[in-house]
Amino acid sequence: MVTKVQFGIFSVGDVTTDPTTGRTPTEHERIKAMVAIALKAEEVGLDVFATGEHHNPPFVPSSPTTMLGYIAARTERLVLSTATTLITTSDPVKIAEDFAMLQHLADGRVDLMLGRGNTGPVYPWFGQDIRQGIPLAIENYALLHRLWREDVVDWEGRFRTPLQGFTSTPRPLDGVPPFVWHGSIRSPEIAEQAAYYGDGFFANNIFWPKEHFMRLISLYRQRYAHYGHGTPEQAIVGLGGQVFMRKNSQDAVREFRPYFDNAPVYGHGPSLEEFTEQTPLTVGSPQQVIDRTLEFREYFGDYQRQLFLMDHAGLPLKTVLEQLDLLGEEVVPVLRKEFAKDRPAEVPDAPTHATRLATATATATENENANA
Amino acid sequence: MKLVVVTAGLTQPSATRLLADRLTEAVTRRVAEEADVHVVELRELAVDIAHHFVTGFPNARLRAAIEEVTAADGLIAVTPIFSGSYSGLFKSFFDVIDNTALAGKPVLVAATGGTPRHSLALEHALRPLFAYLRAVVVPTAVYAAAEDWGGGGDAFTDGLGERIARAAEELAALLRDRKPGNEADRRPGEETDRRPGDEAGERLVPFEEQLAALRPAR
Repeated sequence: MVTKVQFGIFSVGDVTTDPTTGRTPTEHERIKAMVAIALKAEEVGLDVFATGEHHNPPFVPSSPTTMLGYIAARTERLVLSTATTLITTSDPVKIAEDFAMLQHLADGRVDLMLGRGNTGPVYPWFGQDIRQGIPLAIENYALLHRLWREDVVDWEGRFRTPLQGFTSTPRPLDGVPPFVWHGSIRSPEIAEQAAYYGDGFFANNIFWPKEHFMRLISLYRQRYAHYGHGTPEQAIVGLGGQVFMRKNSQDAVREFRPYFDNAPVYGHGPSLEEFTEQTPLTVGSPQQVIDRTLEFREYFGDYQRQLFLMDHAGLPLKTVLEQLDLLGEEVVPVLRKEFAKDRPAEVPDAPTHATRLATATATATENENANA
Repeated sequence: MKLVVVTAGLTQPSATRLLADRLTEAVTRRVAEEADVHVVELRELAVDIAHHFVTGFPNARLRAAIEEVTAADGLIAVTPIFSGSYSGLFKSFFDVIDNTALAGKPVLVAATGGTPRHSLALEHALRPLFAYLRAVVVPTAVYAAAEDWGGGGDAFTDGLGERIARAAEELAALLRDRKPGNEADRRPGEETDRRPGDEAGERLVPFEEQLAALRPAR
């Protein structure tokens, strides 16, 4: 099935006390809840589940490919991804191996989003320094990119031991590396990196006003074209979103307000009303979520992936599953239809293993014909 | 010529605002051209500034104030002295401004307090703050204690009026000498040539250069 725009969810994996009951889930409950949420995503017809990667409490997902491998075995269609894989503090050799292995186990239903992580103390735990965040992201990805494309790699860089005649195993499924998104909140350098490689750019726009992300995405699109990967409109863009829904919009506001007011990221600051006005957070009816999400296309252009944050701030599993029912049944079918309308033919569909394999095969055939 | 006045007084009316107004009047009288004066009352932005700390972005009202300050040719910054230093609100405003926004900008610093014993807070707290921001702070900083509003000078010190005049003349001299497009008007790091990303309002180093910078030295 060709999917023009993929819809899915991303989880931070936070263990947060439910402010309405005072109850804090155990790590075990939270990990199992993340799995239940991923399975539900497939059940309600979503396309993608992405997990965060964190190495400090109160977050549980320190080992994303372990979790995604388990989910892969229990799903059929769902694309498994990350939000984000830490390219700064993880060894690119291990990332190459882990995700290639996952790709085989999941029959290609895998991609990943690279990010730097933003917590200073995490870096030295992995022998790195946050002041080198951008150079680490650049060098480590340059190596990861080669490890998936060259069978034997000689390499020397600034941040890890050199490699002589190294082969990363297993080789990517069908010789097609997992698609890579580069996630960024504020760094033009990362937009430039994504553009240079012709990779996807995911703007996690959920906590800030849209104007900032319009600049960042516009930069990525222009530079994508500059590097010869296509027109600016053909660049591969992903966006975040954050919603809470009930049939009746007043019920949604009433139920979500205590979670908002106490949320780790923005709680104890502006009111729910101010924050929803200034950022993409939408609390209301499914129709309000549809209307708001359709605006993204007007601001950022036709894009390929929309991920929603649904399971944070201490929301109980039962509520999250109800939210996913609403998302899958009432919101996404309408969005799919609306996003397909007037979508120019040259705008690429969301990249999957199948589309990338087809492109790789076509390119190989072309090259053979040219050489014949 | 755009003169922006940041005042952190909390009461209405406030001595801090009164000092700010007297400084503003003294400066505008000394510059030949018409001064476009804009006053930023931090009291009105107190909650917005706190929200910025929590959310990481300014709301529309705070953003407008930050843009005014960033675009100013000269700045007058006045705070009450609390617990021996600038007020928390005053510092918080300068904490949420980009740390290059004031670089090269002429600034007059002033403060109010109940007792003259805290006057050196201007030299020990405000001046280093603006030094960090790479602003050009005029030599005379004006402190107005409660008693200054009524009294004149004495054998050792000029009165408040004289000190206002001296500081205003120092700021006005910098504003008069300002040449359009000179170093002070340009944001640091900004170059005259065009760079990739200019169209999108972002500046960046082309990726090949970023990669090349990481190649091990041979």
